[in-house]
Amino acid sequence: METLQKLKYERPVIKQLNAGITNKFGAQTGFIPHTHIDGLAVKDLTARFGSPLFVISERTIRQTYQEAYNAFANRYPNVQFAWSYKTNYMNAVCRVFHQEGSWAEVVSRFEYEKALGNGVPGDKILFNGPDKTADDHRVAVLNNSPIHIDHFDELYGLIEVSTKLGKRPKVAIRVNMDTGVLPMWDRFGFNYENGQAWDAITKIIQTDKMDLVGLHCHIGTFMLTTSAYAVAASKMADLALNIKRQFGLDIQYLDMGGGFASRNTLKGAYLSGTDITPSFHEYAEQICTTLIKAGFRSEELPLLILETGRALIDDAGYLLGTVLANKRLSDGRRATIMDFGVNLLFTSFWYEHAVSPAQDCSQYAEDAVLYGPLCMNIDVVRENVKLPPLNKGDQMVVHRVGAYNMTQWMQFIALRPNIVLIDQDGQPHLIRKHETVADLTQLESTPTHLESFDL
Amino acid sequence: MKLKKSVAISENGFVFNASRGDSFSTNPTGTQILNWLREGQTDTEMKALLLEKYEIDEATCEKDLYDFIKMLNQQNLIEA
Ligand SMILES: Cc1ncc(COP(=O)(O)O)c(C=O)c1O
Repeated sequence: METLQKLKYERPVIKQLNAGITNKFGAQTGFIPHTHIDGLAVKDLTARFGSPLFVISERTIRQTYQEAYNAFANRYPNVQFAWSYKTNYMNAVCRVFHQEGSWAEVVSRFEYEKALGNGVPGDKILFNGPDKTADDHRVAVLNNSPIHIDHFDELYGLIEVSTKLGKRPKVAIRVNMDTGVLPMWDRFGFNYENGQAWDAITKIIQTDKMDLVGLHCHIGTFMLTTSAYAVAASKMADLALNIKRQFGLDIQYLDMGGGFASRNTLKGAYLSGTDITPSFHEYAEQICTTLIKAGFRSEELPLLILETGRALIDDAGYLLGTVLANKRLSDGRRATIMDFGVNLLFTSFWYEHAVSPAQDCSQYAEDAVLYGPLCMNIDVVRENVKLPPLNKGDQMVVHRVGAYNMTQWMQFIALRPNIVLIDQDGQPHLIRKHETVADLTQLESTPTHLESFDL
Repeated sequence: MKLKKSVAISENGFVFNASRGDSFSTNPTGTQILNWLREGQTDTEMKALLLEKYEIDEATCEKDLYDFIKMLNQQNLIEA
């Protein structure tokens, strides 16, 4: 009997064409399946480490770091990056940055302890943030860590702690300022325009209990306007030069903070992030040119510190997941439910994350909503995305998830999954084990009167 | 269940409903199903035809066919 060769199946789809209304990103001509990450097949990674799964490319981290470092180092004589722990404080990730030469930038005792645990010398841990207790100060002073003072209460508290210890802490103040970009981040640090920053500087120098070694600012995050950094750099330089003039003191470093945009697309943005995000060169040009022309003698140019976070790590992170189900909403749109949601992808509140199928797919797109698995209405990964037909069990890759997800993820409804780092030779390493019910319940205790019940 | 008379299907997946001026694009599986509907095949017959012709399991076939016909209804391509 003759057996007929069956045809490869593809789910039937039909889509209305709207004459005259073009998609804001131009016509979608096709989907490129993203089947491999650094040479490893997505399906093998999920078979071995489960789904959902975070994957980090060590090669991409190093390449991105070197690109950023060179952009600054080619324009300015002394440049130092300090890895912003809150962006991604997986130890393996931090250590890649430390191997590349980054110091650590932390904003809590927890992060501080992590940096020490990773082997960062105390004097290379910059301690930022409004939340430092007297004990945090004590430890930072003993370790000789630069303390970035956020408010007057901290300043007075630190004077007390250091007097008791009989030690002179190394300090900087955080400065906030108008850079022409809204919103103005004036809740952290001392304001430049109203003279508060200068008052804090004067207080520190006149009290003579601490060494003012630097000035710090962090003007915002995902700053698409590079010229804001020129404004910030000139105000920082102005403070440093005034300190030299009035007190004869050389400021050792200017820390310009973070805030460079990654290549993600902001929600509601008209253009895709890959098209409009400034390069490291554009940021470096604004900052370095301003500092070099500011009026420092060339041998007195302060060390330039950068605390770049998301722009250094977003591209290196992927989230792999699996389609749980498809359904049709009342208005005819397709809804695809994934095994990851906002619990793992906090940044989906800000970004329209790029998603790709991880296997060959049809070129016929459908308008779809991408939901997570949580039984909560807020669990929307993409509100409106064109996707090829996907079947239950198909896999997807979410791009540029390296920043703020592996730190801001929520243990809400579900447990957090494995994280794998692919090294430069293409070998996968489990760098954080998925959570178990026991991991979480071991932290709980049950009062004896609640131990038993009859149902 | 039948496709509206005003609906024209071209081989490359372009579908036009002359009575409303709506146009659509569909993929080869969709084109196939529209043609079967035109010929007056029933749900059960189309399911059998799909299973015979394509590499596909019965559950997926049934879910997808149901979903596709719902979409055709929503887009006013099927006789009331
Ligand atoms: C003080 C400080 N430095 C650096 C960063 C890193 O910022 P980004 O990820 O925008 O580069 C942050 C983030 O909020 C911060 O608060």
